[in-house]
Amino acid sequence: MKLTREEVQRVASLARLRFTPEDEERLTKQLDNILRYMEKLNQLDTSRIEPFTHAANTKTPMREDAITNEPNADALLANAPAQENHFFQVPKIIE
Amino acid sequence: MSLAEFTLHEAREKLRRREFSAQELTEAVFRRISETEEKLHSYITLSRDRALREAKQADELLKTDTSPHSLLGIPIAVKDNFLTRGIRTTCASKFLENFIPPYDSTTIKKLRAGCAVIIGKTNLDEFAMGSSGENSAFFVTRNPWATDRVPGGSSGGSAAAVAADQCIVGLGTDTGGSIRQPAAFCGVVGLKPTYGRVSRYGIIAFASSMDQVGPITKDVRDCALMLEAIAGYDPADSTSTNLPIPQYSASLNGEIKGLRIGIPKEYFVSGIQPAVQQAVHEAVRQLERNGATIIDISLPHTEYAVAVYYIVATAEASSNLARYDGMRYGHRARAKDLTETYTSSRAEGFGPEVKRRIMLGTYALSAGYYDAYYLKAQKVRTLIKKDFAEALRSCDAIIAPNMSSGAMIGEVM
Repeated sequence: MKLTREEVQRVASLARLRFTPEDEERLTKQLDNILRYMEKLNQLDTSRIEPFTHAANTKTPMREDAITNEPNADALLANAPAQENHFFQVPKIIE
Repeated sequence: MSLAEFTLHEAREKLRRREFSAQELTEAVFRRISETEEKLHSYITLSRDRALREAKQADELLKTDTSPHSLLGIPIAVKDNFLTRGIRTTCASKFLENFIPPYDSTTIKKLRAGCAVIIGKTNLDEFAMGSSGENSAFFVTRNPWATDRVPGGSSGGSAAAVAADQCIVGLGTDTGGSIRQPAAFCGVVGLKPTYGRVSRYGIIAFASSMDQVGPITKDVRDCALMLEAIAGYDPADSTSTNLPIPQYSASLNGEIKGLRIGIPKEYFVSGIQPAVQQAVHEAVRQLERNGATIIDISLPHTEYAVAVYYIVATAEASSNLARYDGMRYGHRARAKDLTETYTSSRAEGFGPEVKRRIMLGTYALSAGYYDAYYLKAQKVRTLIKKDFAEALRSCDAIIAPNMSSGAMIGEVM
């Protein structure tokens, strides 16, 4: 195995995900298989190749810092899982 | 014959000649949906009342309008990962089950400005991750040609809706085949346009360096007309290109004499179904009879493409889906503290395939593995790009099978 169960737990915690022990075991096997398949890329010498990130290889466009969207607080807040007095209500962040 | 069976260019012509109204056309589409939807399940949300209002407005405009709005009064099916102001947008995820967007994606804005009629939001693999449609958190869409088979994915709902005349045209998104593959499985036309051609603003992001918006239609002419309607520069998408939009439909004159078409040998290797191989060869022979020159080409890094795609797409997905924290919208679990709230909301809101891809992408980007996976994949991507640049020196277009097989029987059906 390339991938251990502990690594899967570490990655799950980085990604803010949680799995049952059975799912964790299955996932470890599945991810291990996929990572083995990825090894294929090591057949290629890429030491002198530049990475490619995006086909639309243009410069980041600049624009005026102006408000373009109409204010619509009610529509935005309508999707909030919890709200109070026109604010998003969230769990306590600072103890 | 039902009016719903018309193509876009036919319906547009007949609307203009007042053979029927946009309201009659829209009603015919909804009748077709009510006859077939129980078997197919193409749509997650139908927008009947609003669609009929839009059709009425279109009819008013049709009385006086002489300008060539190509989509005026045309009923359209939209994949449920386009933000539609006031119409629920779920991305086929429990996480966004009740999400109502406060704004329209650029594509939808263009459709509305052209007075198209939005019929509803179609099913997909959750967050567009999958190629059978079976990863939807809600239900499985069936292939209209054989309901024991999948429509393909991730734009399976739009492809099925177009094939079954549950709309006149459809919209999808394509990251790694999500328009082209379901279009092939459902026997309709699908196009992934060039990057930068169509704005992605307001599309729920999956893998930003590859996501693209495109049409799913009943014929090629419709595809050209749809692309003319949705293409164009958008300052709200930083990858949008500011180039003139050709009139694609004007080039559909049947004239292909001298066109050089390349056939990549790596796309015809083991595992391809004989029927698929035969269909592609027949198409090639037809093009040759019409005057095209067929050239053998090579794309030597083809065998690495899937590995590169999986690393890049999952890495970008893990980053894009970090926004789903259950704070401002979407599912929020009850939990004892902040971290637990994030974790439980995501664990409850995402389906298994989405979680698997987030895990793989997070791993590929994490400290100690970034160079070995993500950077390596981006470098091999350069080699793949060079393959295409090299091949396109000797030909104008490349022809290849869309998939190695026809529509499969599903795993969960």
